[in-house]
Amino acid sequence: MAETTYLPGLAIRGSDSLGSDSLESPRHSAVVRVTHWITAATFVAFVISGIAILIAHPRLYWGETGGVGTPSLIDLPIPFMIGHSGWGRYLHFLSAWVCVLAGVVYAIHGLATPHFRKDLLPAKADLAWGRIWTLVWNDLRLKRPAEEESLAYNVVQRLTYLAVVFVLFPLIILTGLAMSPAIASAFPILREGFGGQQSARTIHFFIAVALVLFVCVHILMVFLAGFTNRVRAMITGHPAAGKEPS
Amino acid sequence: MSDRLSRRKLITASLAAAAGATGLGIAARLADRYGLIPPDDGGIYGVGETMTYAAQRLLTHRTLAREYTRSDISKVAPVKGEPPENETYQRLLAGGFADWRLKIDGLVARPTFFSFAELKRFPAESHIYHQACEEGWSFIAEWVGVPLSYVLNLVGVLPRAKYVVFFGFDTNFDAADKRTIKGKWNSIDKADAWHPQTLLAYGMNGKEFLPPGHGAPLRLRIPRQLGGKSTKYLSWITLTDTVKDIGQGFGAGGVERGFSWYAGI
Repeated sequence: MAETTYLPGLAIRGSDSLGSDSLESPRHSAVVRVTHWITAATFVAFVISGIAILIAHPRLYWGETGGVGTPSLIDLPIPFMIGHSGWGRYLHFLSAWVCVLAGVVYAIHGLATPHFRKDLLPAKADLAWGRIWTLVWNDLRLKRPAEEESLAYNVVQRLTYLAVVFVLFPLIILTGLAMSPAIASAFPILREGFGGQQSARTIHFFIAVALVLFVCVHILMVFLAGFTNRVRAMITGHPAAGKEPS
Repeated sequence: MSDRLSRRKLITASLAAAAGATGLGIAARLADRYGLIPPDDGGIYGVGETMTYAAQRLLTHRTLAREYTRSDISKVAPVKGEPPENETYQRLLAGGFADWRLKIDGLVARPTFFSFAELKRFPAESHIYHQACEEGWSFIAEWVGVPLSYVLNLVGVLPRAKYVVFFGFDTNFDAADKRTIKGKWNSIDKADAWHPQTLLAYGMNGKEFLPPGHGAPLRLRIPRQLGGKSTKYLSWITLTDTVKDIGQGFGAGGVERGFSWYAGI
């Protein structure tokens, strides 16, 4: 009978959510919004600290080993600058913990709710080259999307987000772990799977470049689609003013 | 009603905060008890550093670094930094390290000085492993020496010792006050000290002696951490239950220059 004392509370919570959510469900759920901005903040820290680590030795190799005096895969056109990888590593790994924990919350949420299935998985009918090409062509021409297009992701957006969430992020985490001598001792398959420690470092670099390009295009598209409304939707959950829960 | 709601929320929030704080407190004590907190655990970077160190200590318990074959040995074994220029080191180097002694003291039953010849008489081991510099380059080399655990067992480490501290000739280790010690001194925890691949190396790649740049006469080799952790030009090893009273108290001279203490990354 103790449960009866909780009933009023439940009723209040029920009516509370009725007040805001029933008018219009948010464009982005609270978990997506919070993890999006945590990831955005860590991304900035990742890029800054990643550059700090990279410039100590801006050469990339393939295989297990590589150093000055051995052939490289790519010599980045920047000078060797040692002395920044100390704080660089501290910041890189702090960012990694925050980002990966946010990613775990996001992934559990995406699987437990219809988010991945409903918002990210493309419909079979949409997976046609003609349709994909039209969308890409519109984007390349910087054609401003119609407002109703903001209600759901189109097939190109879905494929891009799927690639970022399920391919690029897991790969950059795994290549990062493969570079760690301690982790490689526990999971040798990680390092060998990527073809060696230096190969993992090189792949890590290229995925980082891919992610930076993604973020650039992402921000460009947000501007194209209407910066204020899109950013407001990712902060409050609702694109236009007046529809926010008060 | 909203009054009751806010009170309910307040009580729930306080209980959650109290439980969280207690949980964190217990977690911190347990972590300290099992050696999961690095000496550089302070500040915002210390949070990430502690999580990395603790997670890796739990995941890499007794794991072995990959051993390679002689055909995998890198043709180039780059050297980071120059050998110490001080008079003591240059004199010992000129004399073929005949007068060199390795001092081991601190929390040990039998503080001892070892000569180079004595160390070479101990059972030698050879390991071929990959070593990466924190700058990004790496190489595979064969290292010959005596397992650190063998020497530690000889001197009898006391149970309360938690760290093995290493001082090379590039450290002002003879400072009267330990807090003024500067240079590339370093320390490792018990997990790495007793790890079967941790070596006091005196030879490499078929050479009977280490080339001076690689740390002659004796250097540490810890294959599960970045190269900078493997202290060169060893002179003194001491065992201690705390590193707080050495240098600035972060467990390594490198931390004072901005690098993390644990380099398993």
